[in-house]
Amino acid sequence: MSNYKTVLGYRRENGRVGVRNHVIILPLDDLSNAAAEKVANNTAGCIALPHHYGRLQFGADLDLHFRTLIGTGSNPNVAAVIVIGIEAGWTQKVVEGIARTGKPVEGYGIAHNGEIKIVAEASRKAKELVQWASELQREPCDIGELWISTKCGESDTTSGLAANPTVGNLIDKLDPLGVTTCFAETSELTGCEEICATRAVTPEIGKKFLDTWQAYMDEVIEPHKTSDLSDSQPTKGNIAGGLTTIEEKAFGNLQKIGKKTQFVDVLEPAEEPSSGKGLYFMDTSSAAAECVTLQAAAGFVVHLFPTGQGNIIGNPIEPVIKLSGNPKTVRTMEEHMDVDVSGILRGEMTLDQAGDALIDMTIRTCNGRLSAAEALKHREFVMTKLYRSA
Amino acid sequence: MSQPDFLIHEDADNVGVMVVEGVTAGQTVVGLNMESQQTVEVRALNDIPLGHKIALIDFSEGDQVIKYAGKIGKIVEAVQKGGHVHVQNCKTNRW
Repeated sequence: MSNYKTVLGYRRENGRVGVRNHVIILPLDDLSNAAAEKVANNTAGCIALPHHYGRLQFGADLDLHFRTLIGTGSNPNVAAVIVIGIEAGWTQKVVEGIARTGKPVEGYGIAHNGEIKIVAEASRKAKELVQWASELQREPCDIGELWISTKCGESDTTSGLAANPTVGNLIDKLDPLGVTTCFAETSELTGCEEICATRAVTPEIGKKFLDTWQAYMDEVIEPHKTSDLSDSQPTKGNIAGGLTTIEEKAFGNLQKIGKKTQFVDVLEPAEEPSSGKGLYFMDTSSAAAECVTLQAAAGFVVHLFPTGQGNIIGNPIEPVIKLSGNPKTVRTMEEHMDVDVSGILRGEMTLDQAGDALIDMTIRTCNGRLSAAEALKHREFVMTKLYRSA
Repeated sequence: MSQPDFLIHEDADNVGVMVVEGVTAGQTVVGLNMESQQTVEVRALNDIPLGHKIALIDFSEGDQVIKYAGKIGKIVEAVQKGGHVHVQNCKTNRW
């Protein structure tokens, strides 16, 4: 068992602790993906984050777009950022948002410059930033400074028996140490939403959760559903793994928050926690890449991802740690797994032991071990879009 | 005890979850109730894959399936004790 109290992290300018040291090339919009990828290709140690959106968005959808980009650049796992957009105004808005953290950030607008000139200028700056970042050193940080997110995927009934309660065991043990944690997946709590609400720290926060859940039902599910959703929730993979209904999936999902930890607030998608340390619920879709992208944009630095049938997601900003209790999955998809908790099903491992094993792997990962998803170069970065553009 | 064939989350549950591969119809399987730590024996009436549910009671149409001590769906086609409870005979109470 590793030292429970300390991780080796990067102390950023704003005091937050990161566990990775990325220099990212962040496109403002779809048109700027090519330039961002060219800069990353020219420069060692950079990650480009291409995505599909950023043009003609408006209202709450545009707000979420900016919040996600600014939050991604502001994440303490990121040492420095280059933002590239088609035009200078919105590019500068993202630059200014990230600059509030105190980290180095530079923006480039392609309009009236052309892409080749911008790629040259941004590549020169990127070289400077990666050389600067490469000299930053890890230092011992209190484990209570970690922000840990969780979301499960490709779940089956073993998720509710083993992998999800293992995450819950970790949260019950780390919450008293001051770790900030986050669960999400609004639609996937359908069937146990009333029980979930009782886990809020006050009845007011419980009502805020139920209002958020109800809004998702009223605004997303009800207007758009064409059937009973039986082909989407649960998914075909869930059903193959033995999950029959959304309610069964939801009860399994909720095991991730443990037996006693209460959540302190409800977050908008990609909203940074501001109600102190503790467990937060974030309003997100239940699609893995969308959800983890939003959690990383809120500032979470390491992610715990329990899976049953074997979801292989990664994220470019926060390392994604996979665990599974399904013996068939850990046998057939071994290269994607970080922690095997199938011993719980065989009666060879207690939940307490599984939770300790996950804490150990979380600390090792924070200290620098590449997770399976990182080693396999999984960098799914998926923006959430609320509605069609203007 | 030796490894159970299936697990039951809570005392109130009327289904168990198979945790071994290759259970076939006619096989007697042993389940562990994780709340009471009591074991129970049931004869499987169908082949039941790893992760899938076995009925612990006789279900009639309209009965509620209970797991995690909560309602997870309603029976739409009768299932006998030992039968495979899944999408062919159990539907969500929600959407």
